[in-house]
Amino acid sequence: MSEISECIARIESQKRDWEDRTVSRTILRFPEQRKEFVTGSGKPVERLYTPDASVLADYESKLGFPGCYPFTRGVQPTMYRGRFWTMRQYAGFATAEESNRRYKYLLSQGTTGLSVAFDLPTQIGYDSDDPMSLGEVGKVGVAIDSLADMETLFEGIPLDQVSTSMTINSTAAILLAMYIAVAEKQGVAPEKLNGTIQNDILKEYIARGTYRFPPKPSLRLISDIFAYCTKHVPNWNTISISGYHIREAGSTAAQEIGFTLADAICYIETALKAGLKIDDFGPRLAFFFAAHSDLFEEVAKFRAARRLYARIMKQRFGASDKSAMLRFHTQTGGVTLTAQQPENNIVRVTIQALAAVLGGTQSLHTNSKDEALALPTEESVTVALRTQQIIAYESGVTSTIDPLAGSFYVERLTDELESEAEALIRKIDDIGGMVAAIEQGFVQKQIEESAYRFGQTIESGDRVIVGVNKFQSSEQTRMQLFEVPEVSQQRQIEKVRQIRRNRDRTRVETALEEVRQAARGTENLMPPILNAVKAYATLGEISQTLVSVFGEYNETGH
Amino acid sequence: MDRNDKRIRILIGKPGLDGHDRGAKYVAQILRDAGFEVIYTGIRRTPEQIVEAAIQEDVSAIGLSLLSGAHKFLFKRVIDLLKEKGASDIQVFGGGTIPPDDIPMLKQMGVCAVFTPGTPGRVIVQTLKEHLQVPA
Repeated sequence: MSEISECIARIESQKRDWEDRTVSRTILRFPEQRKEFVTGSGKPVERLYTPDASVLADYESKLGFPGCYPFTRGVQPTMYRGRFWTMRQYAGFATAEESNRRYKYLLSQGTTGLSVAFDLPTQIGYDSDDPMSLGEVGKVGVAIDSLADMETLFEGIPLDQVSTSMTINSTAAILLAMYIAVAEKQGVAPEKLNGTIQNDILKEYIARGTYRFPPKPSLRLISDIFAYCTKHVPNWNTISISGYHIREAGSTAAQEIGFTLADAICYIETALKAGLKIDDFGPRLAFFFAAHSDLFEEVAKFRAARRLYARIMKQRFGASDKSAMLRFHTQTGGVTLTAQQPENNIVRVTIQALAAVLGGTQSLHTNSKDEALALPTEESVTVALRTQQIIAYESGVTSTIDPLAGSFYVERLTDELESEAEALIRKIDDIGGMVAAIEQGFVQKQIEESAYRFGQTIESGDRVIVGVNKFQSSEQTRMQLFEVPEVSQQRQIEKVRQIRRNRDRTRVETALEEVRQAARGTENLMPPILNAVKAYATLGEISQTLVSVFGEYNETGH
Repeated sequence: MDRNDKRIRILIGKPGLDGHDRGAKYVAQILRDAGFEVIYTGIRRTPEQIVEAAIQEDVSAIGLSLLSGAHKFLFKRVIDLLKEKGASDIQVFGGGTIPPDDIPMLKQMGVCAVFTPGTPGRVIVQTLKEHLQVPA
């Protein structure tokens, strides 16, 4: 050890000499481009990083080996040498028929998992013919009103052979129940199902906005899903705790880790309080992060998140190694896409996707170049998917595990991001946990401030966005954009009305009453919701039944 | 107080079900920085709630932010309601994920300006000052 320290001390003294003599002389004649260099999140960056003793001295505890605690270097022993990440493109629009066609196209082009985008009424629990849904039906995703739509959505797609991720939160229990029911109709048992529901309500209050019920009953629904899946759908990822939307809303990389892991702590504590055992539900918790363009900062972020989560799981909750593994999905940063010169977005997405892969992601969505303007066309989605395939098959970065480990810079960034995130988690603990921090607006405020600071650096020209505040071109790019046909909304409204006419009314009413009773009491809500779904009770009816007991959450403006 | 000293009030609204409010909050802040008095509604407001708030707060303009693609319907609804309530003097501007081809239609509808992603803050401020006839 002392030999290492001596080595480090020697290098540091040489570095000082280099700064004093070589660098300072050069700077006099050729000043650096900026006074201060910062990362994409605004962290200061030094001119040169040199070896840090701890990378060697504390190698086992800080880095370890892939597939082993603390998983800094990756969650699987062989990573992409064994299998590439799941290439999973988030898609869905208009009606179930149209989305079903897009899924089949994506599968034919080599995607290896589905990712369902629901429209906002579905995400919030309104039927397509609800006045609240006007104008929004089928816009940002597919409209699902009842089991009939879900049957159409997965028509001809054997659910025992694909894994499906569903971006659904406040109404996750209902959509999961529909998925289980469709599988049953296909003859696929629940224990054969693979996939994920996002089911992360806290970040909806913080950043994404599709909440319906207040925090307490929402958390109970989440615990019910954990308990139900542990027993009946054991391969399902019961939650995808998401930093993505926190980052999209403007947070820094460190805030993305800190707030996401603080959300995780809240879910875990809720489940433990409900009597679940950490190692029963722990292995099914999954994560979802953003990948932005500062390549090294992003790679360090993923590594720091893995290490910090592993430590929290082990030290705070006494979890097993298997539960302490942070498995995550990545999406490239939607907010980094520009409406100007949209072709440039292909390059941004490539860098971001590379960061996700170098950071050890388990699955990846690459954004399409036209998404600052509209939903993507089939052509642009194909380029986005090809980007992943080129990284996987041509770039060579997948041949060895965690290739940036040992980079003096990346290791330092990893350490710094980890301690910054840890400090944020402590702060939230001090406030009294995540729910309290949200109710006080602490988290929202922090993100808003970061977003404002970031915006100001672009306004001032300090931060360059190519094509936006530098290298602009006056000519408008003409692009064929995708548009959801207006007729889809009307068709969907007619369909839900027809379903309501043709079902067994008494069966629906009894099933909804059972949901209401369960909501009032403490029994698991999943079985009565599954029953209601099978009776073709609509998403809106089930949600309204829950609202009648739980009430609704409302954000107040300021 | 001299009436001319009174700060111009703007309501920033998020109509419909879309929860993306980074842009709305950011624009609210730069307008505040530019000397406007800004009221932000919070997310998921109906056009009715937005128009009612605008009239109650006596604003000169409403800024609507929407990223869900429902702008053609929801912006129109706000403008129609303003007409119904005899409050067409309140100017409406918008922003968000809005395809360029939709902009002429929105303008014809009565939207005075549409700011798509990447619009510099000073352009937003300057455009609004022109529309609201604020001396530079």
